Amino acid sequence: MERYEHILVVLPHPDDEGIIAGTLAAYIAQGARITYVCLTLGEMGRNMGTPPFANRVSLPSIRKQELIDACQNIGIQDLRMWGLHDKTVEFEDQERLDERLLATISELKPELIMTFYPGYSVHPDHDATGAAVIRTVARIAADTRPIVQCIALSKGCKEMIGPPDITHDVSRYMPQKQAAIRAHRSQFHHLVGDSFDKPDKLARFTKERLWTYKLS
Amino acid sequence: MKSIHTEDVQRRLDAYKGQPIYLHLEMTTGAYASHQDSTKLTASTFISNAIIRYSHGLITGHGPYRVGLKTGQGWVYSEGLTHWDDSDNERLIMAGHDQEGKLVVGLQLSSKPFGTVNECEDITEVTGNKEIKK
Repeated sequence: MERYEHILVVLPHPDDEGIIAGTLAAYIAQGARITYVCLTLGEMGRNMGTPPFANRVSLPSIRKQELIDACQNIGIQDLRMWGLHDKTVEFEDQERLDERLLATISELKPELIMTFYPGYSVHPDHDATGAAVIRTVARIAADTRPIVQCIALSKGCKEMIGPPDITHDVSRYMPQKQAAIRAHRSQFHHLVGDSFDKPDKLARFTKERLWTYKLS
Repeated sequence: MKSIHTEDVQRRLDAYKGQPIYLHLEMTTGAYASHQDSTKLTASTFISNAIIRYSHGLITGHGPYRVGLKTGQGWVYSEGLTHWDDSDNERLIMAGHDQEGKLVVGLQLSSKPFGTVNECEDITEVTGNKEIKK
């Protein structure tokens, strides 16, 4: 794997980081410092625990603690919760969001940013988050631009954007990854079903795929 | 959340009658409905902290339940309610959960606004001692 000193992760919901938790743990093991900007607290999620222990009012504070626990399990050093409202990222004032992202990038000077692939990430918050990152990075002079690697989720996305150019085998970091996903207690059951108990299903979690975003 | 107890909910609905009340109302199929099954439509709607005043409010049905609130110029209506938070005396939180426990519909009333997310903060060094930047 490449080695990075500082990585910025920008995702909208607590638990999104689980998709790349093995990659993040691997980079941290190589000495990377990771800043994770999580845009919302996922407070509009439908899952309230199995059996339900949360409700619409208690969910944000529960998911906030789950997010902190997940970051500790991965080893993420710097967590920034921006407090946007779940489901509304695409409706936010773009200019303000972009400025805040630009200020964060200028402050941290990450070599790598990880986010969702705009247009291929199913949830409108995912697409809007990725789009904001791409818009912002595009404003940075090409010679100082960080690399942007994206998570894509939509069916058939490979036909549109090609196969992922990065596949990380994160088998060695499965303890961290599983602990991070489990930390989201209110969502865990619906995130993984019985996959953690079935070796064949668990094996799917050992591969993490990313697309490097090509800025023209 | 507990299974709805209609007499208790009805008492709470009566107590809010005639006052300005904050309403949170939502319904959702989940953001991944059509991703998981292309024959399904992803649909979702919510309104948070709308202020309403109702002259008459009832909970009906044998479970799942329905609630109708008659306002000055119209109605608030919700069907499929199964659970409520019996421990919350400040707010009336009701929701309809499907067989997997997922929220499908929500109806909440409160005399104070429902919280927005301004409890957020930056946490550095989450792996060690938490240092919270204001």
